[in-house]
Amino acid sequence: MKALVAVKRVVDYNVKVRAKADGSDVDLNNVKMAINPFCEIAVEEAVRLKEAGTVTEIVAVSVGEANCQEQIRTALALGADRGVHVEVEGKAEPLTIAKLLKGVIAQESPDIVIMGKQSIDGDNNQTGQMLGALTGMGQGTFASAISIADGAVEVVREVDGGLQTLSLTLPAIITTDLRLNEPRYASLPNIMKAKKKPLDTLTPEQLSVSVGTHVSQLGVTPPPERAAGIKVEDVGQLVDKLKNEAKVI
Amino acid sequence: MKTLVVAEHDNASLKAATLNAVAAAQAMGGEIDIVVAGAACDAAAAAAAQLPGVNKVVCADNAAYEHQLAENVSLLIAELGEGYDNILAASTPNGKNIMPRVAALLDVGQISDIITVEGADTFKRPIYAGNVIATVQSSDPKRVITVRTTAFDAGPAEGGNATVEACAAVHDAGVSRFIREEVAVSDRPELTSASVVISGGRGMQNGDNFSLLEGIADKLNAAIGASRAAVDAGFVPNDYQVGQTGKIVAPDLYIAVGISGAIQHLAGMKDSKVIVAINKDEDAPIFQVADYGLVADLFEALPELEASI
Repeated sequence: MKALVAVKRVVDYNVKVRAKADGSDVDLNNVKMAINPFCEIAVEEAVRLKEAGTVTEIVAVSVGEANCQEQIRTALALGADRGVHVEVEGKAEPLTIAKLLKGVIAQESPDIVIMGKQSIDGDNNQTGQMLGALTGMGQGTFASAISIADGAVEVVREVDGGLQTLSLTLPAIITTDLRLNEPRYASLPNIMKAKKKPLDTLTPEQLSVSVGTHVSQLGVTPPPERAAGIKVEDVGQLVDKLKNEAKVI
Repeated sequence: MKTLVVAEHDNASLKAATLNAVAAAQAMGGEIDIVVAGAACDAAAAAAAQLPGVNKVVCADNAAYEHQLAENVSLLIAELGEGYDNILAASTPNGKNIMPRVAALLDVGQISDIITVEGADTFKRPIYAGNVIATVQSSDPKRVITVRTTAFDAGPAEGGNATVEACAAVHDAGVSRFIREEVAVSDRPELTSASVVISGGRGMQNGDNFSLLEGIADKLNAAIGASRAAVDAGFVPNDYQVGQTGKIVAPDLYIAVGISGAIQHLAGMKDSKVIVAINKDEDAPIFQVADYGLVADLFEALPELEASI
């Protein structure tokens, strides 16, 4: 069984991102970049399926500029077997990424596609679902557990109020939530080995996808600041403030 | 301009998030219809018809929609959506699950989690965990949108008199099947619509200690939430999580107990009207957003707080 894992290059989750002075976009100069945390969970899940003998090959794919090959190499160091880089200029929108991934799926014919539920830059939470619609595959979004048997995947999903379990016919798409697993760290020997693993590059033209614009970003602003608060001395003063100043209890 | 709002419901009742989505639709102007896709969902459709400002409720009642599987419901909404300029849903797990499929079926982009309507095709939405607010413009012929519920005040649930129209379209993609659901039954208000929320973090030390929050929550009619750290540690179930990738809340009063205040947690609660932080580490980042900060041991402060309210 083949697993396709999609990974995205994003700003490291510890970085507090700010708007540029001219408000055109966020300032990503000299900012640490990393694999999106949810994508890392997706890679880990595929690697665990391979270790369990369910999956035999893991293909890591990323859509982005040339530097996203670093994140594909990270996925290879974590245990993916080979990489596919779909090279696009600038920021690709979720629908475009989904169309390009559909093109890669047509070439690779994976049995399962695992990807993050959202990337921590745009916070869109769209690509997996869009890919599901474009390919006609079932989707197990916000997955906290998966098990594969008899041509189907059972997915436990994090939903309002608790957990929902679905069964999806394979091939299917899984989008990962935080509790699916805890990703491992890549070991130095594996990082070295990853440099020798195959990594192919494709263009949107080769996948017959035209890169369009659906939603443009006109500008960015900082969020409204909260006025500075005060420290209260004790519980008595806190209750007094909540009752008589804030009037919320 | 015509807008179709996708109802958030559990067949028996309409969820409060629908009211927020309708409020966003009203901010866009024009005619508003609601679609209720479910099975034996008459009651939810009847409740939707009561919402003021709604023109028509389309009720698609079929076994294929019983659990609102995204594969099936998205086909229905994409078909209905042909006749609308905007298709809207609340940005709930359900809305997030279904709407991008609708957008892809219609070959349009989706605008996720809008917090304001700036014009017919222009909206504001938080990105990077709310560290910046982006203004975005759609160039598509129609727009598929999810709405951050806390950014649009719910209108009244009654006073309207929309017609309910049955929709016979059946879409069963046949690729997904519902197995089971484990949903916690609680008498408390829903986390996302409660006017008071009290959340615990890693400082609670274990799940049993969340009982210290319960007494206070009972007195304040509050919902109980948690930080990611507390959920990851297994103190409480996943649906308690408040944050960038969990639930977004904006109650009148948010009490953060034993929560340090990671960016990802702040993204889920910093629009609350009044924020209280109780933490023994006086340098915890949570104090930077708190209106009232109490540096104290929560195991002493919580019983005292419960006794004095």
